[in-house]
Amino acid sequence: MSLEDLEKRTVYGPDNEEINVDPLQDYYCAATPEAKTEAQKGTAPIIEKFANWARSESLWVLAYGTGCGAIEMRPLMTPKYDAYRFGVQWRPTPRQSNLFIISGYLSIKTLKIAIRAYEQMPSPKYVMGVGSCTINGGMYFDSYNTINRLDHYMPVDVYVAGCMPRPESLLTGFDLLKKLIKEGKGTGADKYAKEFEWYKGNQKKIIKNWDMPDFNW
Amino acid sequence: MKEIVNRIKEKFPVISETYQREDLTFITTDKIHAVETVTHLRDYEGFKHLVLLTAVDWLEDGVFQLTYLLNNPKEKIDLGVRVQIPRDNPEMTSAHHLWAAMATYQRELYEMFGISFPGSPRMKEPFILDGWDGPPPYRRDFDTLKYAEDTFFPRSGRSTNDPAEHMKKKMYPEG
Repeated sequence: MSLEDLEKRTVYGPDNEEINVDPLQDYYCAATPEAKTEAQKGTAPIIEKFANWARSESLWVLAYGTGCGAIEMRPLMTPKYDAYRFGVQWRPTPRQSNLFIISGYLSIKTLKIAIRAYEQMPSPKYVMGVGSCTINGGMYFDSYNTINRLDHYMPVDVYVAGCMPRPESLLTGFDLLKKLIKEGKGTGADKYAKEFEWYKGNQKKIIKNWDMPDFNW
Repeated sequence: MKEIVNRIKEKFPVISETYQREDLTFITTDKIHAVETVTHLRDYEGFKHLVLLTAVDWLEDGVFQLTYLLNNPKEKIDLGVRVQIPRDNPEMTSAHHLWAAMATYQRELYEMFGISFPGSPRMKEPFILDGWDGPPPYRRDFDTLKYAEDTFFPRSGRSTNDPAEHMKKKMYPEG
């Protein structure tokens, strides 16, 4: 993606008809995200509770590895640890998933992609920060090109500590996340919508080459 | 190896030579003759493969040291051509016409060390860093810790143990 992809342009159809394309209007949502109000959440608490139970039992992970931790996903999804028996499965696109596992250090370039993917995921969505790099920078705390704290750029529900954490730790992390969602605490997407300006400010502070729309939905 | 270096010495000024291993030698030459030496090694001595081009920042001496590491696939030997260039406004003759990969190495050196290679294709396009506007980060006078603390919101409570001090305290608590 580059800045030229966002510019207004005219393309010609098969019968030479003019089509005006404004990518920022046509391909992306101009409105900023909104937090869910109480009225939208469901008519009765019991329905919301049921929905939360259903969400917690079908965590669909975006199969995008950001650092060295992505290698832990292979034993996790294959028969050795078999996370599929807990309702966790890996999906190829952000539109089909609701859990984003940031599996290690994030360079600025990767953060840009991670933000795009996170914003494209349908709400409610959850973020799991894996490894000490997402918590305080880990061994890359003094690097010029990797971020120190993930929770300044996107809301994090669960951290899994370790460098690298073993697949068992991730399974424990899934358990904790399920518990949080069932209690109705998995509201990262609402938090992101409420503090959208703050998150955007932090993101734009380090991503100097901002060649994408402000909200990638 | 010695014969090759002697043959080089007849044609180009060799400031110093290091016989590192049986199959690895480094020679130091000056800035004007470096690319000529590399060309000669490639065309007449069989060093047909470029292993890498890298730089070392000798901050105290005020120089960058470039190393063209070449490999002779037939004889299975490596030869490194070193050249020192001044640290302020560093500029080196481009050698992108010798190997296609050279342009990529030169692009990386321009981004990470700020060494300019006039005429090298796509040199000023960003390579690894995206939208970088600070000083070249691999220079040793660039303080990465300070930059990270200013930029990336460090989390407080981080502590480090010097391994030597820690083990001394643990094994000999009386001192």
